[in-house]
Amino acid sequence: MERALKIDQLYVSYLGNQVVKDITFSVEKGSLVGIIGPNGAGKSTMMKAVLNLIAKDKGEVEVFGEPLKKWKKRIAYVPQRSDIDWDFPITVFDVVLLGTYPNLGLFKRPSKADRKWAHECLKTVGMDAFSNRQIGELSGGQQQRVFLARALAQNAELFFLDEPFVGIDVASEETIIHILRDLKNEGKTILVVHHDLSKAESYFDHLLLLNKNMIQYGASEEVLQPEVITKAYANQFSFLQTKGVNVTS
Amino acid sequence: MNMFEFFQALFQYEFLQKALFTSVVVGVICGIVGCFIILRGMALMGDAISHAVLPGVAISYMLGINFFFGAVITGVLTAVGIGYVSQNSRIKHDMAIGIMFTSMFAVGIVIITMMKSSADLYHILFGNVLAVRMSDMWITLGIGVLVIGLVVIFYKELLVSTFDPTMAQSYGLPNKWIHYALMAVLTMVTVASLQTVGIVLVVAMLITPAATAYLLTNRLSVMIYLSAALGIVASVFGLYFSFTYNLASGATIVLVSAFLFAMAFFFSPSQGLVWKAHKSRRNRLELMRK
Ligand SMILES: Nc1ncnc2c1ncn2[C@@H]1O[C@H](COP(=O)(O)OP(=O)(O)OP(=O)(O)O)[C@@H](O)[C@H]1O
Ligand SMILES: [Mg+2]
Repeated sequence: MERALKIDQLYVSYLGNQVVKDITFSVEKGSLVGIIGPNGAGKSTMMKAVLNLIAKDKGEVEVFGEPLKKWKKRIAYVPQRSDIDWDFPITVFDVVLLGTYPNLGLFKRPSKADRKWAHECLKTVGMDAFSNRQIGELSGGQQQRVFLARALAQNAELFFLDEPFVGIDVASEETIIHILRDLKNEGKTILVVHHDLSKAESYFDHLLLLNKNMIQYGASEEVLQPEVITKAYANQFSFLQTKGVNVTS
Repeated sequence: MNMFEFFQALFQYEFLQKALFTSVVVGVICGIVGCFIILRGMALMGDAISHAVLPGVAISYMLGINFFFGAVITGVLTAVGIGYVSQNSRIKHDMAIGIMFTSMFAVGIVIITMMKSSADLYHILFGNVLAVRMSDMWITLGIGVLVIGLVVIFYKELLVSTFDPTMAQSYGLPNKWIHYALMAVLTMVTVASLQTVGIVLVVAMLITPAATAYLLTNRLSVMIYLSAALGIVASVFGLYFSFTYNLASGATIVLVSAFLFAMAFFFSPSQGLVWKAHKSRRNRLELMRK
């Protein structure tokens, strides 16, 4: 299999405070990878550093054997929190249409086909009825779905989704995980930060378990072993078990 | 004097034609650039840059060169200075703006007072559209074409980097350069507006029409057209009042534009206070009847 992403010895710190240490792993093309770990484990930080949105102290990132730079336009990223101005004069449809921009040249405006595609993406996440709404006039979960639609519209090769299911109802989560599986089957590579361990195994083929250091990376059932999970969640482990998280399957 | 007589005068006097042409161009470019300024939360920055061109203008006068060059240099230097101070210390952006622009403005005033020509200072500060020269008109037109061209070419990039800088950065847009380019454009717009509204009131032309348009639409493209149109209306009527009642053109233009803002603020179909109040009252009454 072709290697989509290779991360080698990634280190990131905030103001001298090391929050991501020595992370090395690689992802094969066409996999759906979950990134798990407790709050503050550095999941979001790692994603941002991989995408070069924040500075890293050390580390190499390769996308399909090339530097990240060459692939930037083919990577879709949905951050955990969008720090955008929700009063911005833009409609839901136009937000999704932005997804087509990275692959349009200078001067070029989205074509009819691009608009149709954006509309399809909006439909996929079940938000087409809201196309003409101003982006701020949606609920939090609806906004999250619109940003997912924008990522889909980008026709990316690699997807980085930071907690895409937070604040989303069960039915929409189901739809979205289906979409992600379809993408995977088309050969797209998807990395998802996720905090619900009980769903981790059924959603992802591979898991990356983090707690500042990389605890383990591998097939989901390998990572979801009690002795592995305890390393990351330490004192939260017994709590997780009482909540019915099945880590021994 | 009524509108008809104003038009007659317009055909008669060349200085009035130049004034009208220049103020219309200024109305358009301030309207367009203003949209990006307010959406990026840079209204204060607009104020700062417009004031900071003063020393540049003064030095250009002293050296006898066109004030365009001096103004652009001091304007951009100020923008860079503000960025430098706020990024390299705990001084917040708005503090840095307050310090830098007042200092630059003060330097400008000192230079002009040393040159002992307070009449010029008055015109630079408050505008004197009826004294527009041919060369000023060409500079304004040139800046206008440049600004419109840049916005047309880079519309997509401007939209993304304004709305969602994180997305822009992740697909490789140079946010920082876009910011500085916008600052440079802002200085040029200020220079173009010097004679119509003057340094002190440029910021009103940047913000008021754009803010008015902002209340009227949910689409950036529509907002830009509306804002430019409102800029034109303000310029034409402002000039009319200025010429008719012999008032400072900057002030009358700004007042017309403030009046338009007030209308939108109260009567905008979606955002207007009057309709909002009316709708919620009707809602309450209906619920009571049930
Ligand atoms: N901008 C910042 N400045 C300084 N420290 C930060 C900043 N952002 C995050 N941190 C710190 O870095 C660590 C990792 O944060 P990060 O957001 O990557 O965690 P996470 O794994 O995504 O957590 P969560 O599950 O809550 O989203 C945390 O300890 C946090 O306090
Ligand atoms: Mg996070």
